[in-house]
Amino acid sequence: MSLNNNETTIVAFCCIYCAYAAADLAGSMRLQYPSNVRIIRTPCTGRLEVEYFLRAFENGADGVLVAGCEEGSCHFKEGNLIAKRRVNYARKLLAESGLEAERLKMVNVSAAGARLFTEHVREMAENVQRLGPSPLNRAKTRVQQEIKP
Amino acid sequence: MIVAERKSIPELLDMLPNNSKILVLGCGTCVTVCLAGGEREVSIISSALRIASKTWGLGYEVSELTIERQCDNVFIEQAIEAIEKVDVVLSLGCGAGVQAIAERFLKKPVYAGLNTKFLGVLEERGVWTEKCSQCGSCVLHEYGGICPVTRCAKHLLNGPCGGSREDRCEVRPDRPCAWQLIYHRLKNIGQLERLEKIAPPKQWSAGLSGGPRVIIREDHRI
Repeated sequence: MSLNNNETTIVAFCCIYCAYAAADLAGSMRLQYPSNVRIIRTPCTGRLEVEYFLRAFENGADGVLVAGCEEGSCHFKEGNLIAKRRVNYARKLLAESGLEAERLKMVNVSAAGARLFTEHVREMAENVQRLGPSPLNRAKTRVQQEIKP
Repeated sequence: MIVAERKSIPELLDMLPNNSKILVLGCGTCVTVCLAGGEREVSIISSALRIASKTWGLGYEVSELTIERQCDNVFIEQAIEAIEKVDVVLSLGCGAGVQAIAERFLKKPVYAGLNTKFLGVLEERGVWTEKCSQCGSCVLHEYGGICPVTRCAKHLLNGPCGGSREDRCEVRPDRPCAWQLIYHRLKNIGQLERLEKIAPPKQWSAGLSGGPRVIIREDHRI
């Protein structure tokens, strides 16, 4: 897939202790990954609430990636495990609300996992591209197209 | 406290009319504690409704408010302005809260966003269990503080039924046998002799079988 896929937007909530450092390292290593990912630095994935994921979709995200530490190595002991349960709950809510649950995914990456991080991002971007833009954005695009002269 | 559970989003969509202004109204008391209808759940359910509305073109306009207590007129007053602005109210209060709101806004449809389940306690994080059936004539003192009316699936006052396996209930194997608990509790507090007494048939009319109940305290009336 193209590295410059501008059709969809993926919001990636990255834990500062692992995935954010991995993304930083990926940059230092000149590793390429899709440019439609918007990284949001978070103090711990356990800080993320269900509302954050839903609001991201409401505000135009086509996919949301939650990247936390490997299980067992959370800086705050169990923040990533809390995040995992919240992501699962949010996926259920999304499915009930008409969005594909695959649009929200949690992955675990260590601070040294730059390559793994790029693989996760690439895989997420491919999945989201396969699903197409979020129905919320499709509606918006349709309206914009209709009002175009 | 009253324990409730949220209805699924498809259930809510079936209930709510298309192209309407909806107020998702939370309650800051019991349903906040049981994580079903507090400020946070109002935010989550509103967000899910907005997503569903945009996905399926339902035309909802969703607003949010949480008041301290939906079963109390003093607090309902705080919601008047918000309720007047919308077409329907989706109450995330318990059954009493929904009815209290509906009774005070005669021309406003009020829908229940939760299924009110039982009177219970928080057993551990994320686990609530039923403890009281509000039978209207409490017998807890006879049974060491463990309610056979609620916690025995067969409501036996002269138990046990003999069907329990290990210490598990025959009807709900995921729950402990209430009579096993009663026996151990009475033994621990040295009151096993209570079990020798045969309990007479219970006066069920003090409960819901006697019709909807009312309590009037003349000393507090104005």
